Amino acid sequence: MARSQVPVVVTGLGASTPLGGDVASTWDALLSGRSGVRHLTEEWVEQSPVRIGAPVAVDPSEVLPRVEARRLDRSAQIALIAARQAWADAGFEGKASETGVDPDRFGVVCASGIGGLHTLLGNYDQLLAHGPRKVSPLAIPMLMPNSPAANVGLALQARAGVHTPVSACSSGAEAIAYGLDMIRSGRADIVVAGGTEAVIHPLPIAAFANMMAMSKREGDPTAVSRPFDKDRDGFVLGEGGALFVLESAEHAEARGATVYAELAGAGITSDAHHIAQPEPDGAGVMAATRKALDDGGLRPSDINHINCHATSTPVGDAAEALALRKVFGEVIAGIPVTAPKSMIGHLLGGAGAVEALATVLTVHHGQIPPTINVDHLDEVIGLDVVRGEPRKLGDGPVAALNNAFGFGGHNVVLAFRKP
Amino acid sequence: MASNEEEILTGLAEIVNEITGVPAADVQLDKSFTDDLDIDSLSMIEVVVGAEEKFGVKIPEDEVKNLATVGDAVSYIKNASAEA
Repeated sequence: MARSQVPVVVTGLGASTPLGGDVASTWDALLSGRSGVRHLTEEWVEQSPVRIGAPVAVDPSEVLPRVEARRLDRSAQIALIAARQAWADAGFEGKASETGVDPDRFGVVCASGIGGLHTLLGNYDQLLAHGPRKVSPLAIPMLMPNSPAANVGLALQARAGVHTPVSACSSGAEAIAYGLDMIRSGRADIVVAGGTEAVIHPLPIAAFANMMAMSKREGDPTAVSRPFDKDRDGFVLGEGGALFVLESAEHAEARGATVYAELAGAGITSDAHHIAQPEPDGAGVMAATRKALDDGGLRPSDINHINCHATSTPVGDAAEALALRKVFGEVIAGIPVTAPKSMIGHLLGGAGAVEALATVLTVHHGQIPPTINVDHLDEVIGLDVVRGEPRKLGDGPVAALNNAFGFGGHNVVLAFRKP
Repeated sequence: MASNEEEILTGLAEIVNEITGVPAADVQLDKSFTDDLDIDSLSMIEVVVGAEEKFGVKIPEDEVKNLATVGDAVSYIKNASAEA
């Protein structure tokens, strides 16, 4: 057991998701089993192979001042909104130096899986239609993948380093793991960490659909994302993000901060198997799970809940379930799991962060949100999937894992514990 | 298409407001783009491109650095549109 590290706690939460413009509305919808998936109404949808998605419930233009918004890609807009919420939630106001935080001891880690796609493709449309003069001089600082992190760092005055891990759909979770490392290694006392994504656009939808990764199910959009269900046939694309304020426990205690959960540990591995397919025997996922447990000083029997990556693809959900059954053995029967993507869709680089948010709130409130649309639990899953009503956790110690995996063979497992 | 100075100032003020949020009323002939209106070099390019479109003129990149004040820009646009 490697437990010599500095304890790190979560003291602030912020989010903009398909379920709500903040943490409270998102959590409320998760507990009620309300879906954020809907018919898309943009003009291009007519020709798109997929016509549903899960856009953020509150458009960033309703929150940010117009001039600030026009200098930011949509992904950075979402990140900035979530970061400001998390900052305020942690009890801070204004820039670091104005609120008693040493900027040199404060870092930002904000991931994106794809980057400023709307800016890139929007400017390319302008280039083709009107020539080079119509390409925005702000295009590069807006589209670069580190733009959300850099803008959060600018807004809050982070000088201990601003970082952007990119690992496809595990990016958001990897950012939180990176934040943990920054604090443990002594490079920062406080890190704002999480992920964002905004790529509901015809190009990625066509590309994902051509990969056969997205569901083409017709009918009620809220019934399309169905992780662990026998009839699941692919993911639904969502957008949004979440950011945490991570703090060394010592720093949090010194200022009397409210603690949601301890970020006990993280496990990161890579499959070296295939660029887009999960390893069928789940070795990489199993290794990441073991590392997260070990890093957090946790035994398999300490785990009360797992928030699964489960995207609603036939192969991916089965591979994750198999890996969990293998790692936990008989203990898995007593570990209720859930799959938030049934309600929010797949937020790619935002997924790991928003689902880590759900995991932290589960630890904090002692309630596991249900997975919706599991009409017929696939018998190959073999997990206790929470369905219908939220499941209450007992009064004893609570520890939970959050899984996030990405194209490229990335596996990230985060471990949270009730303080 | 020739425009008079007042029309150009009004049009330019609208562009500056759209891009930077500076109130249109603050965009006066004697104001410096950088020192008074706090417009950075990237936003200045956007203002220039907006002005080219609005007034049907060309403002070459080499000229942009000479446009220190709003008055400089208004004069340049006035002369350029008179030639056009």
